[in-house]
Amino acid sequence: MRKIILSLIILFSLILVSVYLIKPGDTEDEYLTEIKTKLQNKSGPTTNHSKLEPLQKDFQTPQEVTGACLSCHTEAHKQVMQSNHWNWEREEYIRGRGIVRIGKKNAINNFCIGVEGNEKSCAKCHIGYGVTDKMNGYTDSTNIDCIVCHDNTDTYIKGSEMGGNPKPGIDLGNIARNVGKPTRSNCGVCHFFGGGGNNVKHGDLEKSMFNPTKEIDVHMATEGANLQCVDCHVTEDHKMLGKIYSLSSMNRDRSSCEQCHNETPHSKEILNEHTMKVACQTCHIPVYSKVNSTKMEWDWSTAGRLENGKPIEEDDELGNHTYLSIKGSFKWGNNLSPDYVWFNGTADHYLLGDTTSNLTKPLVLNTLRGSYNDKNSKIIPVKIHKAKQPYDPVTKMLIQPKLFADNQGEGAFWKDFDWVRASDVGMEEVDLPFSGTISFINTEMYWPVNHMVSTKDKSLECIQCHNRDDSKLNGLNDFYMPGRDYNKIVDNGGIGIILVSIVGIAVHSIMRIGSSRKKRSKA
Amino acid sequence: MKKTVYIYKAFERFWHWTQALLIFFLAATGFEIHGSIKFFGYENAVEYHNVASYAFIVLILFAIFWHLSTGEWKQYVPTMKNIKAEINYYLTGIFKNVPHPTKKTVLSKLNPLQKLVYFGLKILVIPVMVISGLLYMFYRYPHQGSIVGIKIDSLETIAIFHTAGAFLLIAFIVVHLYLMTTGATLTSNLKAMLTGYEEIEEDDKTKVDIFHNRDIAASGLTKENK
Repeated sequence: MRKIILSLIILFSLILVSVYLIKPGDTEDEYLTEIKTKLQNKSGPTTNHSKLEPLQKDFQTPQEVTGACLSCHTEAHKQVMQSNHWNWEREEYIRGRGIVRIGKKNAINNFCIGVEGNEKSCAKCHIGYGVTDKMNGYTDSTNIDCIVCHDNTDTYIKGSEMGGNPKPGIDLGNIARNVGKPTRSNCGVCHFFGGGGNNVKHGDLEKSMFNPTKEIDVHMATEGANLQCVDCHVTEDHKMLGKIYSLSSMNRDRSSCEQCHNETPHSKEILNEHTMKVACQTCHIPVYSKVNSTKMEWDWSTAGRLENGKPIEEDDELGNHTYLSIKGSFKWGNNLSPDYVWFNGTADHYLLGDTTSNLTKPLVLNTLRGSYNDKNSKIIPVKIHKAKQPYDPVTKMLIQPKLFADNQGEGAFWKDFDWVRASDVGMEEVDLPFSGTISFINTEMYWPVNHMVSTKDKSLECIQCHNRDDSKLNGLNDFYMPGRDYNKIVDNGGIGIILVSIVGIAVHSIMRIGSSRKKRSKA
Repeated sequence: MKKTVYIYKAFERFWHWTQALLIFFLAATGFEIHGSIKFFGYENAVEYHNVASYAFIVLILFAIFWHLSTGEWKQYVPTMKNIKAEINYYLTGIFKNVPHPTKKTVLSKLNPLQKLVYFGLKILVIPVMVISGLLYMFYRYPHQGSIVGIKIDSLETIAIFHTAGAFLLIAFIVVHLYLMTTGATLTSNLKAMLTGYEEIEEDDKTKVDIFHNRDIAASGLTKENK
């Protein structure tokens, strides 16, 4: 008997130990080593621009620099002038709308609302010079700003509200002789500051990424692979891969993790299975806005409060604006856990002139499409930016107000603080009607989070989604997820059956004990 | 007259105890995956559950082979005969110290209720668990660098069957563990399942002999067990 029990114990231990040993391990795949070697063997450029004849002079205007560039790169302007960076719009097919031209000119956002009427200010981030209110610099190839992207000296700066021209006093000659592939700082000067300040819009693109640590972004980390933006946003003929769905609508030209990593990169198969429905970013970007805060809410309705006739500014303890007379009230956040949505790579947008009368829910300005049952959809992380922004309750349209002007009296809200006037002028500039009445409605924008990829050990753990209490995917309820979901009838019925069995056993054993006592007392 | 007989063969006992261990282990890891308990950690629970399920399937295959090759499967053919007497025994007779209505023999070691319940487990619950479990694992799976899916839209139906089966198995084990104590003594059934030997009554004409399947007598079991 003892021998048998002992051998059973040994057998059980053997089984459990082998279960533990057979369980898949976690090893680094060979392909990762391959990628790393490839990155280390990157070759340098074949041209040293500081030795080129046409660049050995002092340039008086930025247009002269462009002319010098085009004297060798004779076809570059044709490519650039077809690019989204130049045109700020593109032709897209949107289901339900057909083929539309969409871009910054006709889409509305819930930050500074739109560029129309505000071009001179917005042009700080346009890759052209001489932008005026009517964008008439668009056809002149010498107005292309080559160096904002190709300056490798980190000294080039565009002026504020100067229609895209550089700040005066910059050594254009030195910059022209030190051009090369765009670096993080070239892209970052615009893309880190979208929405009027660092990290305002994206939440995953901000100035800490000029020189990030591995904790901030494992790929771009200066002490790591030190990837530049264009390493992933691969560019051919000045056409870049990658897009942000605040403006894009179609599932094309996307930059993806799979460009370097394959579709099933994990050593654990169970994780590879997840890639069918879960985007890489979902697990590998558990936190965004890791360093500086990003704007989460913008309430335009409070804008215009002046003290002694002057606009004011209120900041929180981190230095983030919480109130600006010109823009309203803000809420900020950092080290945020993203929201999660299904996304199939297509999106719809609120376009200037669209009407909406359903105000029970926030109006979504860019609807990311997708669902569990759509085989092209995956779960992606997003930042949801909420706002209260001006709306015309009579025409049912969002209002594009005139915000910026050089002088007072031109109707610009930022100079005159008059909503009705600013709306009147703004809507007239986009050829849309305005009733004279303004209200403020709730809107939302969905910003996919693609950067700030964490190190492997910081990825989401299974339990963070697969649990009943605070699953990260609590908002996505069109599918069954183990650990989070259960069928109430099955669970309650099952527990019921077990409880009935236990109670039955308890009653039965009490009766047995009773009867055996009787028996004994009889005897 | 009482006689000690060798009633559970070595493989049978190995199968029984290994199955017991695996079911407990699968239940613990399974209900962690289900979100009911937290013990191993979710990722570990999933991995352990998958490995243990393969072990369980291998064990089932061996058991099927053993049952077919020895003819022992006939033990599990259910019969309605004496079912009522059996139920009455557990509901009333057991308290009055009435003798068990059916006799345990080497050739018929299961009483009619056991036959019915074990038969149900073998042809319904275990197959449902194995099939739903395999579908759970393979309704989509990586294959040569891409993901292949069996055309199943939702995991929900699979999960419902698998979870319902798990609850049934647990309820079975609870009752099974209790009924283990209703043998000649509290531990005689447990001892028999450990050592293989059990003291059973022989040739008591007052009991109903449920040994009605003459085929078993011809299967050669009797020879082996002498």
